[in-house]
Amino acid sequence: MKVVIMGCGRLGGRLARLLDAAGHAVTILDTDVYSFRRLPREFGGTALIGNGLDEEVLKKAGIEEADAFVVVTQGDNRNIMAAQIAKHIFNVPKVICRIYDPLRQELYSTLGLETFSPTTMFAQILKEKLES
Amino acid sequence: MYIIIVGGGRLGYYLTKALLDEGHEILAIEKEATVCEAIVSELGSVCIRGDGCEVSTLTEAGTGRADMLIAVTGDDEDNLVACQVAKHKFNVPRTIARIRNPKNETIFKKLGVDVTVSSTNIILEHIQEEVPTHPLTHLLTIRDKGLEIVEIKIPPGSIMIGKTINELSLPPKSTLFLIIRKGQRPIIPKANTILEAEDQIIAVTTPESEEKLRTTLRGA
Repeated sequence: MKVVIMGCGRLGGRLARLLDAAGHAVTILDTDVYSFRRLPREFGGTALIGNGLDEEVLKKAGIEEADAFVVVTQGDNRNIMAAQIAKHIFNVPKVICRIYDPLRQELYSTLGLETFSPTTMFAQILKEKLES
Repeated sequence: MYIIIVGGGRLGYYLTKALLDEGHEILAIEKEATVCEAIVSELGSVCIRGDGCEVSTLTEAGTGRADMLIAVTGDDEDNLVACQVAKHKFNVPRTIARIRNPKNETIFKKLGVDVTVSSTNIILEHIQEEVPTHPLTHLLTIRDKGLEIVEIKIPPGSIMIGKTINELSLPPKSTLFLIIRKGQRPIIPKANTILEAEDQIIAVTTPESEEKLRTTLRGA
């Protein structure tokens, strides 16, 4: 599977490592080259500097042939915009988008984006841990 | 009309002021407390502090009864989300987004924003018009009809000088409707009107025909 990941933070970097180790073709994007320090030495994918809101950058990252696009930068709105570009402009078959704000996450999932909110997920997990 | 403005920066501030003067009911939403307070102290209680992309803030602002939402923050992605939340969550009939990156114009339209205003393109065009050799100036866009009104200058030495309007093969959907000539009353062009050097021609055209019209008139 060809996967483009936008945002090389802790989550993006880790996902890139896992997918790469599992034999997938990974391209990871970040605006700051310093973020790529999170990638392991043996990372076999491509690390590309650029803003994923720019169509040209996405093309360079191979979005047109990608099977999946995952966007996990720190900005909810940036993630939402990039995910919609991938889905509606480049017709990527699988697009997953992180949205911290639960309300925005709900709204965009009803609008057809595949989204997840760490806030909602962790609150639930913590609640269950406390109550068990 | 009840209009919500997201972003209280320089543009948001002047827009709030201008629309208040026109008699509209305005509420600006601004993240920064100090910026928000400055607006309130000058214009009255027309600004609340909050994130205009958040459903809770927009609920507090009474977005459900807004006729229009205008997003003018400095970040394109924030403006997009503010408009989309207003549209899909609150059914606001008209959303306008300011965009900084002209490339985003088509994306925003595709993603449901009603109107986009590209500040970069507008500034660019105004500066270009001040370059004396600039061949074509956009005067007005008639958006819903896909037409635009432009001004084209006939340069000295053009092979079109001395030709009549009749001899020009104008592109589709293009009409010349005024010729402005130095020291004369503006002329409504007729079939036998002869083009002169330095004529300023005002025409209606479409974005697709614009280039052809320019080359036809300038003879380049």
